[in-house]
Amino acid sequence: MKPINLLRYGGLTLLASSLLITGCSSDDDEMEMRSFRIELLNLTANQPMSPPAALLDDSDWWQDGEAASVALEKLAESGDAADLIAGESDAVQAAGLLLPGQTVELTVSGEVDELHLQLATMLVNSNDAFSGISGKELGALSTGDQLMLWLPARDAGTEANSETAATIPGPAGGGEGFNADRDDSTGVVTLHPGVTGQENGAADSALDQSHRFDNPVLRVTITAL
Amino acid sequence: MHNKTLLASLIALPVLGLTGLAEAAELDIRITNLTHGNHFTPLLVAAHPAGQHLFQAGEAASSSLQAMAEGGDISGLASDLATMNADVVENPAGGLMAPGSSTEFQLSTSMDNMQLSVVAMILPTNDGFVGLDAIDIPSEPGTYSWTLNAWDAGTEANDEIINGGGAPGVAGIPADPLGKGGMNATGVTDMESNDRVHIHRGIIGDSDPAAGISDLDSRVHRWLNPVARITITVN
Repeated sequence: MKPINLLRYGGLTLLASSLLITGCSSDDDEMEMRSFRIELLNLTANQPMSPPAALLDDSDWWQDGEAASVALEKLAESGDAADLIAGESDAVQAAGLLLPGQTVELTVSGEVDELHLQLATMLVNSNDAFSGISGKELGALSTGDQLMLWLPARDAGTEANSETAATIPGPAGGGEGFNADRDDSTGVVTLHPGVTGQENGAADSALDQSHRFDNPVLRVTITAL
Repeated sequence: MHNKTLLASLIALPVLGLTGLAEAAELDIRITNLTHGNHFTPLLVAAHPAGQHLFQAGEAASSSLQAMAEGGDISGLASDLATMNADVVENPAGGLMAPGSSTEFQLSTSMDNMQLSVVAMILPTNDGFVGLDAIDIPSEPGTYSWTLNAWDAGTEANDEIINGGGAPGVAGIPADPLGKGGMNATGVTDMESNDRVHIHRGIIGDSDPAAGISDLDSRVHRWLNPVARITITVN
């Protein structure tokens, strides 16, 4: 059994395993580890992003065109990454919200045979918008190499984009987060269609012009350590 | 599979090297509908000689393009392609492509057909289409990816009225395959100020399925670019 993941309950951003740098282990039984620094920049105007969570793992967090897992549904509807990283001692998560225009840095480590980056964060003034990375292979990066990705917003396909206050968990709505009902007319992960907002004629929308976004919404800079 | 391409960039065309000498190629092609609330009508995918186009930004649409963009009819474009000895795949998905869905198929190109174009109508729109205009087919074996934008043919006012109108020159939208369209709309506009092919401005929609200015749902039928991804493996 892997140790209980404290990240579910607190603000730790690094785990001890991230200190195991490639080639530093003298224990022959240890699988060789590699680490990557990941800097995230929120490119939106007014979409705070839930504390980004990341992990190097072979199991991808989502697949475009496929139905979202319940763990991803929770992330996309409420910002809660707990189920995505449950039981994963190598997972890392930012201490708090990633606000528009702000950056946060994480260091993620994993065994050399499973260097596939998983990363997710919710655009909290939305029904089920999220951004991130599902299964990006990092093994080809040599120490010092950098990779910059400009990422779009995705729609989890698990909740209709009603934009009503009752369904928006972020500060624009203060409403409900996760709900197991799946009432979206498109039940698969796709790129997000964007938000409508009051000024566009959606009278009962809790969102206004400031909550609109276009792609990309998130910049991720990966540096191999 | 972990080598799938992320949207590393929203620039539609990656910088590629010169394609070198013309040669025949076997292409494995995958096209994904990236939208959340829009279907694609049957795709038309063609390798054709350089200098030929199904559409061009800033140019008036051909009557064949108009028929595709307003009603999803690719027969005119297919016959245009036949006259240029293009290598063509029609309707690889076997019908409509739902939001999030992908289709995979093969295209064998002959020596002179060095460029690739793709079109399909976006439903529900008046004359919106997903398009890729004459990219150079890479000659080096490998896997390449492009993202595609939504275009407006400039041939029909974007009234956003679903009335079955799909024939060229007939106002209105043929249908909403998602089944979320409304009725009795008064119409967003009866004008189209740009009568050349241009980037689609998106839909307005409204939240009233029984009235209002639009039969589209402002929270369902929206999209942001890009609307599709094409991945080509050159064997």
